[in-house]
Amino acid sequence: MSISFYILSALMLAGGLGAVMLRNAVHCALSLSVAFTGLALLFLQLDAQFAGLAQILVYVGAVAILVVFAILLTRTSEEIGESNVFSRTWLIGLILAAAVFAVLGWAVLRTAPMFPQPSAAPPVTVQEIGSALMGRYVLPLEIVALLLTAALIGAVIVATHEKEGAK
Amino acid sequence: MSPLAGYLLVAALLFAIGLAGALTRRNAILVLIGIELMLNAANLNLIAFWRFGPHPEALTGMMFAVFSIAVAAAEAAVGLGLVISIHRHLKTVDLDEINRMKG
Amino acid sequence: MHAETSFALQGAASTIAQWLWLIPAVPIVASGVAALLKRPQRKLSSTLAIGALGFSLILSLVAFFHVLSQWSAGAPTREVVNFPWIQVGSALVDLGWVLDPLSAVMMVMVSFVGLLIFIYSTGYMEHDENYTRFFCFLSLFAGAMLGVVISNSLLLLFMCWELVGFTSYLLIGFWYQKPSAAAAAKKAFVTTRVGDIFFLLGMVWLFAQTGTLLFYNSGAGSMESSALQGLLAQPAALGLTAAGAIGLLIFAGAAGKSGQLPLHVWLPDAMEGPTPVSALIHAATMVAAGVYLVARVYPLMQGGALTGGSTPALTVVTWVGASTALFAALIAVAQDDIKRILAYSTVSQLGYMMAGLGVGGVAVGMFHLITHAFFKALLFMGAGSVIHGCHEEQDIRKMGGLKHAMPVTFATYGAGMLALTGVPIFAGFWSKDGILEAAQHWSVAETPFYLLVLGALLTAFYMTRQVSYVFFGHYRGHGHAHESPRVMTTPLAILAFFAVLLGFVGTPAWPWFQSFLDSRAAGVDFARLGEAGLLMVSSSLIVFAGIGLGWWLYGSKSPEASAPDVLEKSAPALWHLLRDKFYIDELYSATVVAFFWAFARVADWFDRRIWGGIVAAVTWLFSAWARFNRFLDARGVDGAFDKGCEELSNGGGMLANVQSGQVQAYLRLLAAVVVVLAAILLWSSRA
Repeated sequence: MSISFYILSALMLAGGLGAVMLRNAVHCALSLSVAFTGLALLFLQLDAQFAGLAQILVYVGAVAILVVFAILLTRTSEEIGESNVFSRTWLIGLILAAAVFAVLGWAVLRTAPMFPQPSAAPPVTVQEIGSALMGRYVLPLEIVALLLTAALIGAVIVATHEKEGAK
Repeated sequence: MSPLAGYLLVAALLFAIGLAGALTRRNAILVLIGIELMLNAANLNLIAFWRFGPHPEALTGMMFAVFSIAVAAAEAAVGLGLVISIHRHLKTVDLDEINRMKG
Repeated sequence: MHAETSFALQGAASTIAQWLWLIPAVPIVASGVAALLKRPQRKLSSTLAIGALGFSLILSLVAFFHVLSQWSAGAPTREVVNFPWIQVGSALVDLGWVLDPLSAVMMVMVSFVGLLIFIYSTGYMEHDENYTRFFCFLSLFAGAMLGVVISNSLLLLFMCWELVGFTSYLLIGFWYQKPSAAAAAKKAFVTTRVGDIFFLLGMVWLFAQTGTLLFYNSGAGSMESSALQGLLAQPAALGLTAAGAIGLLIFAGAAGKSGQLPLHVWLPDAMEGPTPVSALIHAATMVAAGVYLVARVYPLMQGGALTGGSTPALTVVTWVGASTALFAALIAVAQDDIKRILAYSTVSQLGYMMAGLGVGGVAVGMFHLITHAFFKALLFMGAGSVIHGCHEEQDIRKMGGLKHAMPVTFATYGAGMLALTGVPIFAGFWSKDGILEAAQHWSVAETPFYLLVLGALLTAFYMTRQVSYVFFGHYRGHGHAHESPRVMTTPLAILAFFAVLLGFVGTPAWPWFQSFLDSRAAGVDFARLGEAGLLMVSSSLIVFAGIGLGWWLYGSKSPEASAPDVLEKSAPALWHLLRDKFYIDELYSATVVAFFWAFARVADWFDRRIWGGIVAAVTWLFSAWARFNRFLDARGVDGAFDKGCEELSNGGGMLANVQSGQVQAYLRLLAAVVVVLAAILLWSSRA
């Protein structure tokens, strides 16, 4: 385990913690971006260059911005200076999250002896990725295209102001 | 400990953090943020397994992760649109107060 | 005329014999039509009744003349029509009718006298509001009586006999709102029922012995020689043969119907009915049915007797008849109601008839029956006329002097009275003398003869008493007496004619009637007059003595109603004994009636407490069971069901709380479940 792994993991985890714990929602969104970036760098470290750069393009470039827009659009006056940002039942949620981590960790550690040893980095070129997309994974590609179209239309419809007469 | 275990543990931790955020924050958008974190944790799992698993040249893991990113983007768009719409109707995004589906 | 029933040969049934059944059927149908009328129609009902009986009279006359022609030609006079009716096991029960001199004579008498009484009733009952019902019942009675007369089967006779008794009950109790009338009707029915039980027993025994209830059936009938011989051979209790015992049982029924001692108590009370009813039923026809029955089964009672001798059965008949004759005559002396005197007179004369049958044979008794029917009906109708004219007064002490006010009634009543007492020339003289003569020569004992003679004396006495009270002296009632309308007096005149002249068909010189009945040739023989002459003279003297005594004591004196009677003053104890009918009614009331009252009370208690109690207990049980079931159902079943539904509803309510509408709650649940499942999976794959 190289040192970069630890640094990047720490960055990412810090960003994640910030995203869920900060009081100001915009700060959370920005912290989220930091988490996304850390993750993208981890992808790069794992020789998944395309995935890492796609992560930056999509997540940091679109999703985080979108989140910020949404936060700004749904602000109410009492949100600033709010007493409590955590819900009434925060403890149960925390316990559950801890339980989930415990279970996952236990699963990992149990099967750890069976993990294979690191091998050489695979040669991944964009050309190969392109052929794979158009060849083996053409069906998921088309479906995702359809999905994106539907999501686009749906988001627009959902978020549009309703006409005055149809109320 | 093999590198794969390390990555998996980190992913698990990120997942738990995201889950904690989704369960404990009042703001609906922050719940969505938590969900994004969970998705990202899953993506990390996928890439890790691709890198350290058999047949990385098949690109299965990477493709999976790329598609996951695409879907997550779509889902974030629609979800945030919904939150905006809820805010328009109920004038709030505080989840403790939204129980219109109570049954 | 001796006790000899010739076994006349049976001829083939002629046309009139085939249609004989119409004679009773038509009046019964007329009665049915009158009964079904929607509202009372007076003219129609009386016309129906009179028309029906007139038709029966015409047919009866045709039948009579047919038999007459047969008799004078010397041909067989008996014609029978039988038909099978039901089958009892292996035995066949037949019914049928018979046309012979006995039934022919009775038919003519019943329909003729009945018709006259019907015509009389249209006047007598004119002011009654139940006119239609009266004629309906009268017609039914006439049909039933004619049925009794023509019946060839003891069973058919019994059925018509009961019908006659029933219609008598209806007619006696015609004015049923009067409690005394209703009680009298009940008494008549119950008393004759006592006799009828024995009749039924005799009938059943006869059927069991001979296998047939037909009287005549071309040699196979129960009154014919083969059956009789079988019966005579069978011994019964007390030294009687089966024939004698059966005859006595049947006589018991006749005694009830004909008011013989001790079953006579109903007849005087039956005077509660309207006077035409008394005239028809209790003078001429129904009471004569008993005598007719004895005449019909005479071969049974006479069986085994030597020529001129008697059988035990006939001896009993004679004694009962003679005692009744004297007994009733004694009571009649002390009565004050015009109809009661006549009622007791009827009982007395019926005694004469029974005695005549016992000592002299069928012809002797029947002759008196026929003549008695005419003059007793006449007397009753005359009494009705008197009652009508005196404004419904019936006490003779409140009448008097009516010979001027009601001349026609007086003349006809007088003719009837002379006929009854037995004054020479009149009908009653010849018939009563026939009986007296036969009694005088009776082989068994002389006492009945003396009883009958004493009875004749008393008859003359009380009739004179009655006539002098009613018609002579001055009028002691209220208002004015008036003569009755023509529709009532004309039948009186017709009957008076017969009362005078009818006797001549049966004089000793020319015993046409007796020979006709016995199916023997009749010849005029004045020598017979001489043989019977001594008796005729002595009986006439006795009668005149009675009339003289009565006239001397009562005459035209007209004592007031409140004053005691002449005889009462002289012998008060005896007078009261006679007036109170020898206390027979009181005796019955204290013994028989009291016993049955007690029995009825016991039965009622039993019924109410025991049977009623059982029923009530069962009912209570069932209702308790029902209540228990309802409790179970309401509490148990319903309760359980309701509770279950309630719990289900509550449970649903509780489960609904899970759906809080809060997204994070759902998420929490999901996370928790995933953790649990994953843990289970990992744990199970640990090995």
